[in-house]
Amino acid sequence: MQDLATGRIIDGFTLGERLPSGGMGSIWRATRADVDFPMILKIPFLDPGQDVSTIVGFEVEEMIMKRLEGPHVPRFVAAGDLAEIPYIAMEFVTGRSLEGEMKQAPYSWQTVAIYGAQIATALAALHRQKVVHLDLKPGNIILADRGAVLIDFGLAHHEELPDLLAEESSIPMGTPAYISPEQVLGDRTNPASDIFALGCILYEMATGEKPYGEPTSKAGMQRRLYHAPVPPRSHSRDIPRWLQEVMLKCMEIDPARRYATASQVLFDLRNPEQVVLTSRADQEAEAGGWRKLVKALVPGGKTPPPIQPSIAARISGAALVLAAVDLSSGVDTLAEEVRLHVARVLEAEKGARLACLTVLKTKLAGEDTLADASGRSVYVNRLVALKDWARPLRLSDARVSFHVVEALDPAAAILNYAGHNDVDHIVMGARASSALRRHLGSVSAQVVAEALCAVTVVRLKRQEEADAARPVPYRPKLIPTGA
Amino acid sequence: MRIALLTDIHANIEALDACIAAAEAAHVDAWVCLGDLVGYGPDPTAVIERIVGLRARGAVVIQGNHDEAAAAETAAMSEKARLAIDWTRARLSADERRFLRELPLEARDQDRLYVHASANDPAEWHYVDAPSTAGASLAATDARFTFCGHTHLPALYHALPGRAPTYFRPLADKPVPLSRLRRHVVVVGSVGQPRDRDPRACWGLFDTADSSIAMRRVPYDVDETMRKIKAAGLPEWLADRLAMGR
Repeated sequence: MQDLATGRIIDGFTLGERLPSGGMGSIWRATRADVDFPMILKIPFLDPGQDVSTIVGFEVEEMIMKRLEGPHVPRFVAAGDLAEIPYIAMEFVTGRSLEGEMKQAPYSWQTVAIYGAQIATALAALHRQKVVHLDLKPGNIILADRGAVLIDFGLAHHEELPDLLAEESSIPMGTPAYISPEQVLGDRTNPASDIFALGCILYEMATGEKPYGEPTSKAGMQRRLYHAPVPPRSHSRDIPRWLQEVMLKCMEIDPARRYATASQVLFDLRNPEQVVLTSRADQEAEAGGWRKLVKALVPGGKTPPPIQPSIAARISGAALVLAAVDLSSGVDTLAEEVRLHVARVLEAEKGARLACLTVLKTKLAGEDTLADASGRSVYVNRLVALKDWARPLRLSDARVSFHVVEALDPAAAILNYAGHNDVDHIVMGARASSALRRHLGSVSAQVVAEALCAVTVVRLKRQEEADAARPVPYRPKLIPTGA
Repeated sequence: MRIALLTDIHANIEALDACIAAAEAAHVDAWVCLGDLVGYGPDPTAVIERIVGLRARGAVVIQGNHDEAAAAETAAMSEKARLAIDWTRARLSADERRFLRELPLEARDQDRLYVHASANDPAEWHYVDAPSTAGASLAATDARFTFCGHTHLPALYHALPGRAPTYFRPLADKPVPLSRLRRHVVVVGSVGQPRDRDPRACWGLFDTADSSIAMRRVPYDVDETMRKIKAAGLPEWLADRLAMGR
């Protein structure tokens, strides 16, 4: 099975040129008549006596790639049966590997910020799909015309799937130069681990040095559990203090003290003047070059005094919040998002009560569909669905009420309920924009226009669409400093 | 082929009807009932009628320990379970009891084994509730997939050849691919008496196209079932636990 060669056909894919690859398998350019973009086939080495983690890593990559989408990952085409001819066929991403580009580091801070923002964008898109990469490094990042593309998901973890690798090994899995402290300790679930690796990559781009070198032993990797790296500005005063702040915040030893999301890193890299400087920005190298953990744990900024609520804010404590939720297609992702925002509103307004409302749309004015048995069961089913939707909020019966309202016009029904019951705050969802919806006017738009209280309109965030809508950013060539 | 897996219905007709409606909406091609049609709940006759109807449409139906007990004269069970079994037995016709008594303990379909509790000594009703008990079940069969119930807790156990099984707790409504390289024990959650703190009825959807399993959760009119349990004079705890999912 391993007698692979250019020209061989596997499941309709014709192997082309063999590309350089690591020790886990071979990579081939490939073509198939019905696929009109360049492809590669990744084929694992399955020699007898091969470490079982090779095939497990391959299983993991197949499982996760099948579920990923968007411009920041290669398009998945097909996978071969693991028990027969294992392979993964995917898009060949045209671009430059960051590993090759890194040979010219250090780069100007402008270049670091531009490419850092692209990588952070790709990482945010990945995390939004519930996947942690866990082996983010220059060799796994391709700088393409469409932005950064992340490759090689053999060590990745999907939040909703079994972690086959966690069961395989007690040795830290990752690349020693970029592995996070918690990965060294065996935690394979934290997106903050990718933020740490991103910090290491920014550091390397800006200084030309790997922040922790390339340790070859577990003890060497464990060093990062106790020591922060040499501050980047010790390498070069040309690195702005804000960029040092960003890098060191990414590389905090405690994952909870790093950026909470890749999107926050992106924001800081795109808005340097907005970066809040803490003691991280001013860190300087100590004798020996390593800073002790105790130093790293000193809080960076001062906590502002708590804001005293106004009288108006105090009396609004017993607010009535109306959650208007569309359950016509069950508890979908938008309904879940509405629930998340309702939970935040209730968290902010302790003591607030919640009225949950869903509208059963009738087709005719004056029609009373609830009169017969099947109508009653529709009503009961919707009430059951509404209670089920609210269950994760864990509210006591005294704090929550449920209302299934039959109406021709959902917006009018919501406004009517809010007016009659002196509702303080309406939370509702809005579907993605469409031509028809713009023409007819959406339910949420009408409620926003006519409600006499606060209205929160919840929409699902989609990075890919936002990317597509944004003009293509200016992408200068990588400029080595001093060039 | 998409297979609907129903287990541990426990005479809860509201939950069963909600699961059947959800499975039909999901366009399943085949039905499997993994046992415990009766016991604990207030509607044994209605549930048996529904399952007999499914079997007429080709469903595989397996016997559970509560079915065996309700069909027999006496049974070794916990006191609450036995109270409910005595109550159930008194309400079943001779035909319904024969139906339960004659159900098979297991069934094999290609690489899939269906059993109520565990593949090792099915009539002993061992719980598959840990990697060790899943290992005992795997050792008793060469089937790639063993589907069972009995614990009321959805769980997946998978093992590479020659290795001990590992546990994964499947999330509600999230399909999990079952690897070609491993053998699997799939413990389906309970239709009529979930105990994983999620009160929604549970059914399993196995898709042979990509060997994936999803534990589908369906809300149902739990208030109505609780009312019936109390009205029937069954122990109140049997009603209360439904609201809590435990």
